[in-house]
Amino acid sequence: MACINVDGTLVASARRLLLTMLEPTTIEEAAKRAELPLFRVRASMREFLQAGFVSEASSTYVLTDTGRAKLAGQG
Amino acid sequence: MEQAVEQKAVPGLPRLGMPAPPFQAETSHGPIRLEDFKGSWLILFSHPADFTPVCTTEFLAFAQIAPELKKRNVELMGLSIDSTYSHIAWVRNIEEKFKVRIPFPIIADLNKEVAGLYGMIMPGESKTETSRCVFLIDPNGIVRAMIYYPLTTGRNMDEILRVIDALQATDKHGVATPANWRPGDKVIVPPPKTAEAAEERVKAGYECTDWYFCKREVPK
Repeated sequence: MACINVDGTLVASARRLLLTMLEPTTIEEAAKRAELPLFRVRASMREFLQAGFVSEASSTYVLTDTGRAKLAGQG
Repeated sequence: MEQAVEQKAVPGLPRLGMPAPPFQAETSHGPIRLEDFKGSWLILFSHPADFTPVCTTEFLAFAQIAPELKKRNVELMGLSIDSTYSHIAWVRNIEEKFKVRIPFPIIADLNKEVAGLYGMIMPGESKTETSRCVFLIDPNGIVRAMIYYPLTTGRNMDEILRVIDALQATDKHGVATPANWRPGDKVIVPPPKTAEAAEERVKAGYECTDWYFCKREVPK
């Protein structure tokens, strides 16, 4: 897992990326806001979806309650 | 009008103008798929082994041109038959010893899966190491250039940048580029394909030596 440490905490870039999805956003917008390359965002998004941190509809991504809890340090 | 040719991935080694073989690989930046680079150019390159001197000079050189590549919407990804741990250790060593951060992912191709897909192992040179291969893949996932160097010869970054500039000029302006072309130099207008077009070409206002050999300027 590139975004989540073995102790379950988020790596810095993953946290930054998740913060861009407090509101629904596209991969391209998220990449710009987090200042990460597109390939990194796409790879991270797969991991976030698998972990249930974000949900996707029509190529738009948004934080789930699990994702919000993770950001708040509760997850 | 040219007939549209359907492009399908075919088994076998990569071919110019054909889709790059898809893969998912473990890298020093986590699992990455080729399709993750859609919308960006990608330089996929292999090196023989981590912690070797020529490869270290190449990584320093790739890191040095990375900002120029970024301006051109080009990402870099390395590959060798080493583990992720080896890649991480080597990258950290380069940063410590040479004060240069390696900003791009490196595929840990221990099972030689990607190396096999792309023909990066030259058994005449080594059966256990990848040669110095460079694949330039465009934003649509099409292989646009391939350059191969032997184990003993470090790559020329100027040439890699030059080829990227040439390919991007071709895409932007519908032209070809002559030998040793550099941005700012005149480009080649593709030769006309009919006698009528040849007749028109010489009157079209290009710098023509003859009907098949015309040049023009393009914005840098």
